[in-house]
Amino acid sequence: MSMSEQLDMGMEAPAASLAMPSDYVALLKPRVMSLVVFTALVGLVLAPADPHPFMALVAIVCIAVGAGASGALNMWVDADIDGLMARTRTRPVPAGRVTADGAFAFGLVLAALSVMTMGVLVGYLAAALLAFTIFFYAVVYSMWLKRSTPQNIVIGGAAGAFPPVIGWAAATGSISLEPLVLFAIIFLWTPPHFWALALVRAHDYERAGIPMMPNVAGERSTRRQILIYAALVALAGVAPWPLGFASAVYGIAAIGLGAVFFAYAIVLWQAGAERLRAAAKKLFAYSVFYLFALFAILLGEAVWSGMVW
Amino acid sequence: MADDKDNEREMRAKRAQRARNLAVALLLGALVIIFYVATVVRLGPNVLDRPL
Repeated sequence: MSMSEQLDMGMEAPAASLAMPSDYVALLKPRVMSLVVFTALVGLVLAPADPHPFMALVAIVCIAVGAGASGALNMWVDADIDGLMARTRTRPVPAGRVTADGAFAFGLVLAALSVMTMGVLVGYLAAALLAFTIFFYAVVYSMWLKRSTPQNIVIGGAAGAFPPVIGWAAATGSISLEPLVLFAIIFLWTPPHFWALALVRAHDYERAGIPMMPNVAGERSTRRQILIYAALVALAGVAPWPLGFASAVYGIAAIGLGAVFFAYAIVLWQAGAERLRAAAKKLFAYSVFYLFALFAILLGEAVWSGMVW
Repeated sequence: MADDKDNEREMRAKRAQRARNLAVALLLGALVIIFYVATVVRLGPNVLDRPL
């Protein structure tokens, strides 16, 4: 029904949107996007290929826009629950600055644009992987896993782990063991990272009816599982060294960084009720630093050894 | 009083619309530049190699 038809029937015309471009930027989840761009860049630079710098830039922009599209589609899916949680209630949709339908249209257009541009200008494998990642995050994770199982972020973590694989595929047109190791590091890193946050925000998730691990299996079980995943990610983090695509310097740094990660997980595991939140916050903050540091060293080594471009 | 509020809201809506239009124009411009440069990069000198 058109607006004039609505007015003819005596219905109130929809209020004109007050959304600013910054509200649409917020739909892209810029902080998540920055980590995606960084890990994708590492995959692209590590790859044994010599893409033109401009085409490499196009690939990174496509991955960034695709990640942003996933974020917008996620906010469309979560329009009903974001308003119930303190962490998400100021997002553009629950705050009423952008409609849920607007977020959906925005996400869908950006997803199509990023995948098609990647396919036409960079390569079809990278485009297919980008499309699958957007689908996995928006449909498999956001629509299905998030509200149905406490393993939501374990399986859903695959979406966040794909960017270095896409970066590698954009540079080489293929996939090999190296990007899959990077995938494994991010995949195993995701559960301790998000469960640490879930321990702090357990009431929020409970109010929204999201079955996060602390709400379903309890704090004790969550902390034990965080410990297990911390050990696994610490081991996976070292793997690039023995596999030959990182130096001993990286290996030693990864051992040290992983040991600290594991130590934070032990502190959280043993923390009493009064220190639980503080320990979870520390682990959460360190987990961000850990992933950034590992990938920064890989990037630095690749640039240093002249592998770049 | 209500009219003042309506007018102010209308002004804000117009400003927001203008800002959104500008953002879309800039993005479309960027997309054109990306495709133009990428075409030159991918085809190189062959971009001129066509029947006239």
